[in-house]
Amino acid sequence: MKSKLKLTLFSAVAAGVVSLPSMAQSPAEKVYVPHGKHDEFYAFLSGGYNGQLSVYGLPSGRLLKVIPVFSVFPMNGYGYSEETKAMLMTSHGFIPWGDTHHPELSQTNGVPDGRWIFINENNTPRVARIDLKTFETTEILEIPFSGGNHASAFVTPDTKYITAATRFSVPIPQKDVPIAEYKKYFKGTLTFVRADQPGKMDIAFQILVPGYDYDLAHCGKGPSYGWCFFTSYNTEQAHTLLEINASMKDKDYIAAVNFKRAEECIAQGKYKEVKTKYAHNYRPDEGDRIARTEWKTSVKWIIPKECPGVIYFLPTPKSPHGVDVTPDGKYIIGGGKLATVIPIHSFDKMINAIKNKQFAGEVDGIPILKYEAINHCEIPNPCLGPLHTEFDDKGYAYTSCFISSDVVYYDYKKCKVLGHVPTYYSVGHLLIPGGDSAKPWGKYLLPMNKITKDVFLPTGPELPHAGQLYDISADVKNTKPQFLLDLTELGEPHYAQAIPASILAPKSLKIFELEKNTHPYATKSEEEAKVVRKGNEVHIYMTAIRSHFTPDNIEGVRVGDTVYFHVTNIEQDWDIPHGFAVYGARTSNLLIMPGETLTLKWKPQKPGVYPFYCTDFCSALHQEMQGYIRVSPKGSKVPIKYGTGEEMHVVK
Amino acid sequence: MSWISRGLIALASLIMIGIYFKPLWEITLYAPQYREGLRMIIWVNKITGGTPHDLRNINLLNHYVGMKKIDPDSIPELKILPVVFGFMIFLGLLTALTGSKKLLYTWVVLIIIIGIASLADFWWWEYDYGHDLNPHAPIKIPGMAYQPPMFGCKNLLNFKACAFPSTGTYLLAISGTIGVISAFIEILRGRKKA
Repeated sequence: MKSKLKLTLFSAVAAGVVSLPSMAQSPAEKVYVPHGKHDEFYAFLSGGYNGQLSVYGLPSGRLLKVIPVFSVFPMNGYGYSEETKAMLMTSHGFIPWGDTHHPELSQTNGVPDGRWIFINENNTPRVARIDLKTFETTEILEIPFSGGNHASAFVTPDTKYITAATRFSVPIPQKDVPIAEYKKYFKGTLTFVRADQPGKMDIAFQILVPGYDYDLAHCGKGPSYGWCFFTSYNTEQAHTLLEINASMKDKDYIAAVNFKRAEECIAQGKYKEVKTKYAHNYRPDEGDRIARTEWKTSVKWIIPKECPGVIYFLPTPKSPHGVDVTPDGKYIIGGGKLATVIPIHSFDKMINAIKNKQFAGEVDGIPILKYEAINHCEIPNPCLGPLHTEFDDKGYAYTSCFISSDVVYYDYKKCKVLGHVPTYYSVGHLLIPGGDSAKPWGKYLLPMNKITKDVFLPTGPELPHAGQLYDISADVKNTKPQFLLDLTELGEPHYAQAIPASILAPKSLKIFELEKNTHPYATKSEEEAKVVRKGNEVHIYMTAIRSHFTPDNIEGVRVGDTVYFHVTNIEQDWDIPHGFAVYGARTSNLLIMPGETLTLKWKPQKPGVYPFYCTDFCSALHQEMQGYIRVSPKGSKVPIKYGTGEEMHVVK
Repeated sequence: MSWISRGLIALASLIMIGIYFKPLWEITLYAPQYREGLRMIIWVNKITGGTPHDLRNINLLNHYVGMKKIDPDSIPELKILPVVFGFMIFLGLLTALTGSKKLLYTWVVLIIIIGIASLADFWWWEYDYGHDLNPHAPIKIPGMAYQPPMFGCKNLLNFKACAFPSTGTYLLAISGTIGVISAFIEILRGRKKA
């Protein structure tokens, strides 16, 4: 009897505790998304050295998709199919790999709008546009006169421009010089890429700057609209052992660029047109969906001396990494990587300092503003190794701290630290949905780490990177963020972005309309399937539908021929892709979405009969979705013959 | 004919015009991966899908069990029925104009015949699709037929097929009923006079 009473009492108290808001729900309950429900946010994590972009659901942490951007992707044929290989063309030729760093969603009025997401390539400088109806890379622009495109691809609040810059200054224009003559020849460029029109990405202008390392960027919004901010390190201009030689000075600079002023100078002809060659690759998301390379031949250079007012240097301690603008657009926070403080600059003070000419000096025609004149405050002893900052919707900033493996959160107006949460381990970038925009959705915080060690089951020397999901929906002034989940990540996520699923999910494309397919080799019905020889080229106009290819028997191909399988998936149902692979192909398979045409190039090496088949389990008779292609010796007289089922067509 | 019954038969004819704008019947196929259902919508002159591609996808799935392709162009009823109902609308309006009882009774008899014939034809059409199977179909289950229901739901292998009359059929029923009422009024009036 007594024990029953106790149990009842205990249950009542337990129920009371559970019904308390926020902390009452366990982390497991908060991240569990039951069947039939979907995640609340899409998160886009860069893949770093895998050259891709990973799509996750939050709060579950489920990996939804890997979008190939700068790296070939044999899983679906990106970079291998005739329709996609031009995406990876550069002035250095076809490059199968890239290093993706900073994804940023397109914005309208400073708020992520879900049209596109941009991302940069660091190694061979490029920027890309990913369409968020198809979740496919549709456009890549090469950035000439650059090295290490790191301060990229950050957008202006209207998505008019995305940024690019030289992390590694190089001789501009490139030439064969002794490396030791760095100071004489090496320069940097800050590039503004016009980005608001799909298919029309273009370099609006480049600003020629001293040969420092330009590291990260963010553009102003609200009152600071019209400006973009770039951090720099190595103002020492070292060219070897930078870890020592580029860490000498107490302060380096944040470059504040007035792009409206730059537009004026361009309009007034105060620029230099420079000849060069760089690739612009575009794959339309409808129509023929064939990527093509357009060679661009010149850029406009703005020389700061000839366009006064276009750029100022804001002294910032010490080798700053991230530069982040508060949602209200009033403050600029530098991640003083080696500093003992987090410096916060005031945009208003900066404008006043410019007006009152409170300069501490000048480099190559670029005025250096006085630190005291622009600084709002320094967050004292925040943590060790502050790198990047994101914001919530309550006026708080969250800065990742690499050395102390934690995130410090603080009131950036009052310059008051509120607390710390741990990361496992050595955090780099961090994410809050909309956390660098004018309207953060301050519900979750995701620090992304560089060292994993014992967080997950060991998988040999190479481990996945880890991220920690925190709930920051309660007022973090009074309630500590709640640790929810460890996430495994692909490659090495640098920056990441997240957006409410309610914005993206309704627009997500289900199929490509076969009717709108304008691919020159599209085969829209089985009756149109055919095989055409043009000299040494054999074009196979093939359809795929559950559960056969038409044609599935092909003869008359000879060693020495180049065979093009133009496969059209003539399905019009959601989630019925077909795959295509042929024996001995030195490329990859194709994964063809409904209504789409993709082409596999195949050069048979030896006579014989080779099977091809569907690689995507499409139906109950998927295993039967196969065919044969006969390859005869060079000079053979076997005629072109093809068909599926009883009827075979012979080409005489 | 009284003004009331002339008005009613005119109303019945006008309501019948609605079937050119509203579907007659809907058949929906549900499966685990088609929770939203694949829908086939039968109109007086066409067959459409719930989405622009549903009909194509139904045909694609049906080919596994050897069912014939549903091709609206090869269904003669879709060409005959619009004319038949057009004639009935014309006849009804003519009846209202002339006030001829003979025409009214003809209209009522015809609409009943057409109604029964259409349902019988529909049943036969469904029977044929469900039973006339390609002997070379990949999936053959002895004794299994795939005739969809006319009213209600029925399990056909992995699919649950549900069929229900739609707005157009209800309009026809209302139109017919009004016609019958009109005829009754005339019959009753005839008796009173006698």
